[in-house]
Amino acid sequence: MTTRDWLLADSPTSRMQANLGRTYRVTLALMRNPLAVVGAIIVLTLIVTAILAPWIAPYSATGQNLSNRLLPPSWDHWMGTDELGRDIFSRVLYGSQITLTIVLLVAVIAAPLGLVIGAVAGYFGGWVDRLLMGITDIFLSMPKLILALAFVAALGPGINNAIIAIAITTWPAYARIARAETLTFRSSEFIAAVQLQGGSAFRIVLRHILPLCTSSMIIRVTLDMAGIILTAAGLGFLGLGAQPPLPEWGAMISRGRNFILDQWWVATMPGFAIIIVSLGFCFLGDGLRDVLDPKQGENK
Amino acid sequence: MSLEPQANLRQPGWAARGVGSRRVWRAANAIFWFIVTIALTFLGLLAITFFIGRVIPIDPVLSVVGDRATTQVYEAARQAMGLDRPLIVQFFSYVGDVISGNLGNSISTGRPVIVDLGRFFPATLEMATLGILIGVGLGVPMGVIAAAKQGSWIDQVIRVVGLLGYSVPAFWLGLVGLALFYARWRLVGGPGRLDIFYEGLVPSITGMILIDSIIAGNMDVFKNAVWHLVLPASILGFFSLAYIGRMTRSFMLDQLSQEFVTTARVKGVPERVVIWRHAFYPIRIQLITVIGLSYAGLLEGSVMIETVFSWPGIGNYLTTALLNADMNAVLGATLVIGAVFIFINKISDVLYRVLDPRAR
Repeated sequence: MTTRDWLLADSPTSRMQANLGRTYRVTLALMRNPLAVVGAIIVLTLIVTAILAPWIAPYSATGQNLSNRLLPPSWDHWMGTDELGRDIFSRVLYGSQITLTIVLLVAVIAAPLGLVIGAVAGYFGGWVDRLLMGITDIFLSMPKLILALAFVAALGPGINNAIIAIAITTWPAYARIARAETLTFRSSEFIAAVQLQGGSAFRIVLRHILPLCTSSMIIRVTLDMAGIILTAAGLGFLGLGAQPPLPEWGAMISRGRNFILDQWWVATMPGFAIIIVSLGFCFLGDGLRDVLDPKQGENK
Repeated sequence: MSLEPQANLRQPGWAARGVGSRRVWRAANAIFWFIVTIALTFLGLLAITFFIGRVIPIDPVLSVVGDRATTQVYEAARQAMGLDRPLIVQFFSYVGDVISGNLGNSISTGRPVIVDLGRFFPATLEMATLGILIGVGLGVPMGVIAAAKQGSWIDQVIRVVGLLGYSVPAFWLGLVGLALFYARWRLVGGPGRLDIFYEGLVPSITGMILIDSIIAGNMDVFKNAVWHLVLPASILGFFSLAYIGRMTRSFMLDQLSQEFVTTARVKGVPERVVIWRHAFYPIRIQLITVIGLSYAGLLEGSVMIETVFSWPGIGNYLTTALLNADMNAVLGATLVIGAVFIFINKISDVLYRVLDPRAR
């Protein structure tokens, strides 16, 4: 029996085999969608770059060399150099670490928070539902960027506070999804079975409801990544996110603003990095949605 | 309560009156709940700005007077801000202040924040309105054509623009636009609303230069204002075009796959009529919601664009205040943008319900 047969077995003999088989099927389906493959490659490249940045970057991200300042793109400096003589290509590579950190931390904070709030609201219903969803709706009807700006203003500029501010503005959408999902199987028989066996509400929500919400959550989080990257870059651009000399892409664009007329590459190059990575997450998210949630994909 | 219908029964013509009053009752009910939800949402917005302004900062007094203030000044400010009172009392006095239009003074301009906001808001409104006009004017027809001719070049354009709208940073596009269209090709005006020698030529009546210059009959100022407005408004228009075009396309695809469309085609109705009369007509109500959302989004998106274009609007005011740690101004601008955002959202929601017979 080959690995492939084992993965695609119709009657898996262990839970691990079933899980691996499911992952394998999703991967196969994703591979058939060219845009999703492009997206996956971009996201993988981002991850690999972030990990390997110290080894693949040709120059240091922060080391200054004033004799090389504002050089146009060339073989030595693929994206040129900035006003302190730093190699922009190396800085963009190191910047992927910051972008990846922001995106991961926002996802790790906001998704579980929204998931739990939504699932609890949906499972218990009644006044719990009304209270939690009331708060969610208030946050949902606020302009996200403005809210994030105001939070950073109060917390003080910096990358950690930017992450907190973005997470605060992203969780409500996840709570809505989790609630909608929970409502669809709250009254189904397998939940009733667990209830009759004496399963506590905590156990039902944690072990039986949350796992079922994860696939729609993964789709939504991947699709939201582009927005998170743009917001983080925007905060960086305004000087409220990562502080210099950190090579954050938005902050780099902001530094290049002064030279945009003559040394266009300083501001333009980090922008391309933002666009490519955001597009990658969009492609991957679209592909995942088509595979994991075909019903939603049809009428997009 | 229970006796009333019986009393009605005996009167002639009760049925007609009953239906009429039921409709009025329903409308009144809808308006009542609309006001309640909007009031609760505003209260929520106030709670958030209150939380941001008074609870998060470790010492709100310090953020107002600065760290070089003497003890007397500090104590006086603390008393004046009422920080010795319980939090809930502080919140209600804050709500009272906001309702009576008192948002405090701005540190950087020295004027009351509400006056500043009134002065800066028209510039934002002008730009966002022009942006949404571009977005609707191009996005809706492009979306319809993209759906009608799936796979055509315009369909591809809508797809690419839709994706870029999600992944291009607005401030970056603004900078690149300035570098190309202003610095290199001189096709449009640079940052700001007017060239320096047109400044102050027309009296400010509405605060929107396009309208003010028409009122004053000064066409030179009007042309110059358009010259400056065209690039930032087009960039905002691009983002709303991306969203509106994509949504129009998907609504149209939904309609075109319906059986009544096939029926119309089989009957030999011309394709143009099928698309615009049969398929487009029903989606115009859904589009109102999309356009409303997009308009509200532009008011928010203008924050970045205004910063890049030194546009003296509310977004620029907000970012300047952020950098000066001018909390009163930040919270005031957040409140105003948030309130307008919520209001437009709710209005488009209500319009949808009023206009769409299925949602009634």
